[in-house]
Amino acid sequence: MTTVPQMPKSWRLESKPHKFCPGCGHGLVLKALGEVIDELGIQDRVAFGCDIGCSLLAWDFFNVDTVQTHHGRTTPVMTGLKRANPDIVCIAYMGDGGGYAIGSQHLVNAAARNERITAILVNNCNYAMTGGQMAPTTLPGMKTETTPYGRDVEQTGYPTQGPEMVAAITREGAYVARGTIANLKQLKSYLKKALENQMAGNGFSFVEALSTCPTNWRTNAKDTWAFVEKEMPKYFKVGEIKNPAVKEGE
Amino acid sequence: MGKAVKIAIAGEGGQGVQSVAEIIAEAANEEGREALYIPNFGVEQRGGVSIAFLQIGEEQIGSPKFQKGDIVVALSDRAVRRTRQYVDENTTFVYDSSIEGVEDDLPKNAGRILAIPAIEVSKKELHPRVFNIIIMGAVIKATGVVSEEEARAAIEKKLGYKFEQDPRLRELNFQAISRGMELVEKAQ
Amino acid sequence: MVEKPVQEEKRVFMTGNEVVAWAALAAKADIMYGYPITPQNEIMHYWTRMAPKYGKKFLQTEDELSAGFTTLGGVLAGKKAFTATAGPGNTLMQEPMSMAEMMRIPSVVIIQQRGGPSTATVIYSQQEVTMTTYGGNGEGFRIVYSTASHQDVFDYTIKAFNTAWKYRFPTFVLGDGYQAKMRESLTIYDPEDRGIELLEPEPFFGKQAVNGEKQPLHIRNTYNTEEELYEVLSRYMDEYMKVAPEIVEYHQFDCDDAEIVVVSHGVVSRAAKGAVQELRKEGYKVGYFRPITLRPFPAEQLRAVADKTKTLLFVESAFGQLAKLAQQAIFGSTVGVENLFKPGVGVTSEEIVARVKAMV
Repeated sequence: MTTVPQMPKSWRLESKPHKFCPGCGHGLVLKALGEVIDELGIQDRVAFGCDIGCSLLAWDFFNVDTVQTHHGRTTPVMTGLKRANPDIVCIAYMGDGGGYAIGSQHLVNAAARNERITAILVNNCNYAMTGGQMAPTTLPGMKTETTPYGRDVEQTGYPTQGPEMVAAITREGAYVARGTIANLKQLKSYLKKALENQMAGNGFSFVEALSTCPTNWRTNAKDTWAFVEKEMPKYFKVGEIKNPAVKEGE
Repeated sequence: MGKAVKIAIAGEGGQGVQSVAEIIAEAANEEGREALYIPNFGVEQRGGVSIAFLQIGEEQIGSPKFQKGDIVVALSDRAVRRTRQYVDENTTFVYDSSIEGVEDDLPKNAGRILAIPAIEVSKKELHPRVFNIIIMGAVIKATGVVSEEEARAAIEKKLGYKFEQDPRLRELNFQAISRGMELVEKAQ
Repeated sequence: MVEKPVQEEKRVFMTGNEVVAWAALAAKADIMYGYPITPQNEIMHYWTRMAPKYGKKFLQTEDELSAGFTTLGGVLAGKKAFTATAGPGNTLMQEPMSMAEMMRIPSVVIIQQRGGPSTATVIYSQQEVTMTTYGGNGEGFRIVYSTASHQDVFDYTIKAFNTAWKYRFPTFVLGDGYQAKMRESLTIYDPEDRGIELLEPEPFFGKQAVNGEKQPLHIRNTYNTEEELYEVLSRYMDEYMKVAPEIVEYHQFDCDDAEIVVVSHGVVSRAAKGAVQELRKEGYKVGYFRPITLRPFPAEQLRAVADKTKTLLFVESAFGQLAKLAQQAIFGSTVGVENLFKPGVGVTSEEIVARVKAMV
């Protein structure tokens, strides 16, 4: 007997199979997110905003209200939506370029204002949609189309550590974590807590997900997984950084 | 109908030229006439000469900006130099007689030039804080754009809450209007 | 029940920025998103003082990109959302408004033009005409009202919300620093008391499920193929061209026998009006034409004038931004063209009178 893999109820069947490249981590992040939306029973009240870059391919991924915005501008669209209708559960879904480069002012200020939205940022160490250029999260020495000899930190600085930055500028009520598709159960628990934090009205919630890009990394399945599982966490520490549900000293 | 009366009042920050223009504009508006008041702004807002442009007429005012004023009032040496450009042969140019060193800068092309001792009067007879109200009296006398009664009513509206606490202020302000009007009368 | 902001018609004397705030309240705007830039700041100042009394909201954003995109978010929530900006802020505002064009999001933006290019002056200009009508990477599927008086500012700010929600094109009220900062009289009123119906906004997102079923909405601005995009844009082009004639507004007088027609818009049209009236008194055959909508442009109306007169005199506080729109609209006409261009500087009646006299 064969078993059909269970798709989250909130997924939109008409748009499956999805449009991401084989081996791309977006599908896994969105699966975890879909399951969380199901478990929280919020499908009818979620608004999902995606960016430009690979995340835009999620514009018809879920059976939830969805807007695909401009590069870096998902955060302000979701902010505006939430301010106008606080009953909507707002998810701003973006890549590392959108969150840490072209839209970094929005991420920083939404976090500083403690906007009651959830930002999910997929970190795959490069600008994938445009053909694999250096991103704020490209690791030192890593080759990309615009760092063909490897990222030289003397020239381009060190990779942005987003959750650490967001944690540093947020106050009470913010939830901040970094998960990885290499530990999907944990990532899912972070996403759930991030959404619960928004729904409780506590404050800004932010989850970075370490992810894969075999197309631009030019890696086979084994090396792709090794990179996300072993290499990326050396620089990007996985774990919860801020959780209002956990009191100091616990 | 006649054309709108064009007034420019210029001085140093703190001399209150903007509030004078505003009170006159509001008084004219209360009378049912058309008034347009625009402060100069921009970099001059900080530390420069402050100029108020005011037009009052019977119909909607045209361009907010004008090239030559009917009445141009300058209350400092810098204001004299700054406002020369708004003067032509139809302009009455009013400046304070205590301003020194501007003899050569006065707009010789003006229709008439009136020197009034407003600063001196405010210091010696009244109070320095009503200096701008003396100027207001001078402007309404020189232009006839609003009556003394309307000017009083406008001041009452603007500063009434202060007059409630100290009725002497009301008297002081009303005296300042009258004195400003007299100064222009004498200078003519 | 919260009281109506404007209880009865009354004559008031205030700055244009204050007028915008009153008009937005009277139009039942729900929320303003804004970022400080001179000369529009007092719109936010007045809004933030008055709006909470009527249950309205405000958010000060991190920049104009955010002000524009949060405004779009507010509209998606089904609220009458608006923003205001000027100059370099208008440049940034083009990005969100191009998304509004693509997604047909009925947003309202007030522009108070300042000098350009770059930071230039905080005072005044008419140099944001090209940007406001055709800014962004697209076709200018938008509506732009150019106001000339505080009464216009009040009337057209109210109208802008209706226009935006009726046609679903982003709608701009194009003022300037003079209009922003000057005080003059106008009559404020409650539009519904005057029989003006205010269109109810509708939520795009967050609609309630009907019978337990909810049809989620997916909106995007990215298309995979040229053909896919062309299909969408063809529909927009058709719709825009179809509704343009009912949106177009203009004002003209004394054009029938005029040998010279002064063409101007916005605050400069006040000077033009005065000049034409004065010249007529002196016996000059001069006419007046003012486009109120710069986009869509009253092309047919101006062409009809151009067909009858000898010369059009374009007057603007810019280096031909209005003239470019107008001449494109009357392409093929053999009418003569003269210009009085003063980029970034106000124009007076006297200058226009002198110019016309020099022409004849």
